[in-house]
Amino acid sequence: MKISVTVNGEAYERDVEPRTLLAYFLRDTLGLTGTHVGCDSSSCGCCVVMLDGEKAVKSCTMFAVMADGHEIATVEGLRQDGKLHPLQQAFWDNHGLQCGYCTPGMMMTSVVLLKNNPAPSEAEIREAISGNLCRCTGYQNIVKSVQQAAAELSAEPAAEPVAS
Amino acid sequence: MATTELPPERHAMGVSMKRKEDPRLIQGRGRFLDDIVLPNMLYLALVHSPYPHARIVKIDKTAALASPGVKAVLTGEDLVAAGLGWIPTFHGYDKQMVLAVGKALFQYQEVAGVVATSREAAFDAVELVEVEYEPLEPVVDPFDAMSDTTLVREDRENKTNHIYHWEVGKREETDAALAGAEVHIKERVYFQRCHPAPLETCGSISDMNPATGRLTLYLTSQAPHAHRTVVSLVTGIPEDKIHVISPDIGGGFGNKVPVYPGYVVGTVASVVLGVPVKWVETRTENLTTTGFARDYHMDVEIGATREGQVTALKVKTVADHGAFDAAADPTKYPAGLFGICTGSYDFPIAFTELDAYFTNKAPGGVAYRCSFRVTEASYAIERGMDLLARELAMDPAELRLKNFVKKEQFPYPSPLGFVYDSGDYHMTLQKALDKIGYPELRRLQAEKRARGELMGIGISTFTEVVGAGPSKHFDIMGIKMFDSAEIRIHPTGSGIVRTGTRHQGQGHETTWAQIVAEELGLDPQNILVEEGDTDTAPYGLGTYASRSTPVAGAAIALASRRIREKAKKIAAHLMEAAEDDVEWVDYKFQLKGVPGKVVTMKEIAFAAYTNPVPGSEPGLEATFYYDPPNLTFPYGAYIAVVEIDRDTGETHVKRFLAIDDCGTVINPMIVEGQIHGGLTEGYAIAFMQEIAYDSGGNHLNTNFTDYLVPTALETPKWETDSTCTPSPHHPIGAKGVGESPNVGSPAAFVNAVMDALSPLGVKNIDMPLTREKVWRAIRESKA
Repeated sequence: MKISVTVNGEAYERDVEPRTLLAYFLRDTLGLTGTHVGCDSSSCGCCVVMLDGEKAVKSCTMFAVMADGHEIATVEGLRQDGKLHPLQQAFWDNHGLQCGYCTPGMMMTSVVLLKNNPAPSEAEIREAISGNLCRCTGYQNIVKSVQQAAAELSAEPAAEPVAS
Repeated sequence: MATTELPPERHAMGVSMKRKEDPRLIQGRGRFLDDIVLPNMLYLALVHSPYPHARIVKIDKTAALASPGVKAVLTGEDLVAAGLGWIPTFHGYDKQMVLAVGKALFQYQEVAGVVATSREAAFDAVELVEVEYEPLEPVVDPFDAMSDTTLVREDRENKTNHIYHWEVGKREETDAALAGAEVHIKERVYFQRCHPAPLETCGSISDMNPATGRLTLYLTSQAPHAHRTVVSLVTGIPEDKIHVISPDIGGGFGNKVPVYPGYVVGTVASVVLGVPVKWVETRTENLTTTGFARDYHMDVEIGATREGQVTALKVKTVADHGAFDAAADPTKYPAGLFGICTGSYDFPIAFTELDAYFTNKAPGGVAYRCSFRVTEASYAIERGMDLLARELAMDPAELRLKNFVKKEQFPYPSPLGFVYDSGDYHMTLQKALDKIGYPELRRLQAEKRARGELMGIGISTFTEVVGAGPSKHFDIMGIKMFDSAEIRIHPTGSGIVRTGTRHQGQGHETTWAQIVAEELGLDPQNILVEEGDTDTAPYGLGTYASRSTPVAGAAIALASRRIREKAKKIAAHLMEAAEDDVEWVDYKFQLKGVPGKVVTMKEIAFAAYTNPVPGSEPGLEATFYYDPPNLTFPYGAYIAVVEIDRDTGETHVKRFLAIDDCGTVINPMIVEGQIHGGLTEGYAIAFMQEIAYDSGGNHLNTNFTDYLVPTALETPKWETDSTCTPSPHHPIGAKGVGESPNVGSPAAFVNAVMDALSPLGVKNIDMPLTREKVWRAIRESKA
């Protein structure tokens, strides 16, 4: 089937098998390998991307054809104008990653959290990322990273994080 | 001489430098195995046995071969014909079927491989491989296996499920001491089968180039050189014709140490078809077939005086190894370093023995964030000490302080054969007790108990043994467990470090650069660290068992010092002084007694290529192969505080304090991160994670909805601190840390829960301490 999708601000038209998952469409068809696959059962969240600038979705749980006519943002789109997104910077500053496999999904979930709730409490952050597993960090430095990014983003309200 | 002063924080070890590997990983620019796509690449998918034990009557490939895109279907018989039906297991004692031949020995065992033009085409055709099975009675429990009523391994000469017996220490003396002890405890504790489950599963791309005869093997490998040698020995391909590349690894934790059937089948397919073949595990394949850990049933016995002085320790273990003896242990240590089971305590005498059995379960026995069975040993002794404290009606902290090896006893020869390098156990536990406010917590607990509330405090004061290891004792398939570093300093004062290790999130790209910076006074931002490519890196045994810093880290420091020796000659040449008149001061060479007269390493590097010392070799590089003189012994004092809901059995971890002593710290931020992660895995093991089988041999935890990995919601908040007792025999005094928290924490959690339940008379519940198990224990207690 032919689908039209905008990914990180760029429009794509591609033929896909109806059963192709969005995660594999992004990775295999578009070569955007920053989105990872970790569990096949919608449990780990390594594959989270942002849909239409407002929803965090597990791209392994959505068919590529369901993205027809929609806008997707992936980790590759976070950096804007040569500058790291405040979340990227915060994960780096706070040792919010170790092996880095969960990191793209973790950051995309956090982008959506901070859009909807610019000043989340620690409990709200933990709740928001509870669909994203991490085996390395114990989450403590991820929470710190999201808190730093929240402070940064609310200090500069003009910065729109992701092209949508 | 002009010098460019670098701020000292850019040089030294002990600084929380941000990680150099992060920029690519936070921008989706890491390169993990499944990100790699080669021209004309095919995809392998595997057929798995639905039965835990069954004869294979017939395999019909016809329909699968006719499926669109299918290029080949391989069975065990095909591999036998190719001479690759079996491969040696990790330590070489046993062999393992690549694909089931004759019979399948565990549920999900690999039975056939389908190679096709796409991942989807391969999985479609997997469904079309028709395998006729004749189910057999499975042996699921190792205690049932002892009877040999049903044989798991009919292929072996010895017609028994018993694999081996191992023992160390003095049996008779220990038994006599236990029999004569004033106080005596004995308890069976089970360290359950669990799985490392890194978020990236295992995988490979085998690329045999028919034109060059060279095999490039992309592997999720924690030990690329060892894998190259194994592939060469098993296939007969000369080692120079094998190039192993271990790309970015999405977590390993021991899971990515062994060689798995998928790698072998993919390689055979690539050799046969002459194109690259990719195999990437599904999560279910990861949890059901590759590298489980633990599964030790341990009878712990301790003798003591009435005053609480320990007099003897005995641990008798039954180990469930599954269908093959694939435990990842050094050759001479079939039960790994289990002899560390005397822990931090000065036992005058001890004995430990272990019997391993085959069952119809997946093979493994990997060191899951653990140095070869040290986690099991630490759990046994730390649970045992708490049971003894209870028997004596003594505070568990007091009992530990009374029995610790004293700092003046180091180097301490343990009764089971180790020589502990250094430690001050009293200082570290006292720091933990002070920091958490121990007396106040006990007072609070008494108040809560009076109200019928269940609050518990659990202590674990473990000693680890890591850094395998000295070549006299340690090898894997004959290869000694040294490690290596090669450092090249470029003319403009930047450089590259390569080692035989392979990080999977531990931060080597940063910490190795910091060691070089410390030793040579160069900017760590301009020291590139490269690992995982066997064509370029010097030979080493890889990253697991907390061996990277103790072994490769030492090699880096010593290779740097070799460079510094040569640099000194160049410095003398540049200053037109005698070498003896030049000294290394504050990261620079200085003319003795003339503080302003200095030469920087950057200047020396340039001179090494532009103005070499007449009559000597140009260039500035060194290699060091480090054979450690001893193991290292990191330790810690952990305290867990829990509250249990009587009605639901739910445990709430209210506080957890970890004081770790890993000797010299290279990067405190990274060490803290390692501890957070290890504690979280320890929490997971204590409360959630288990690979269980039902009595019919069916695997019950085949994905992340059944094999429970903690989320940010359950994971407690960690409080961490440290003491520092450097290792006297390590060039920079470092001991290794990545595994300490996973080794030490399970016992702290379980001790806390048992302490909470002690008013009810509950002595032991085996992990994972699920709500249901705790609730049942409360219900069945007399209270």
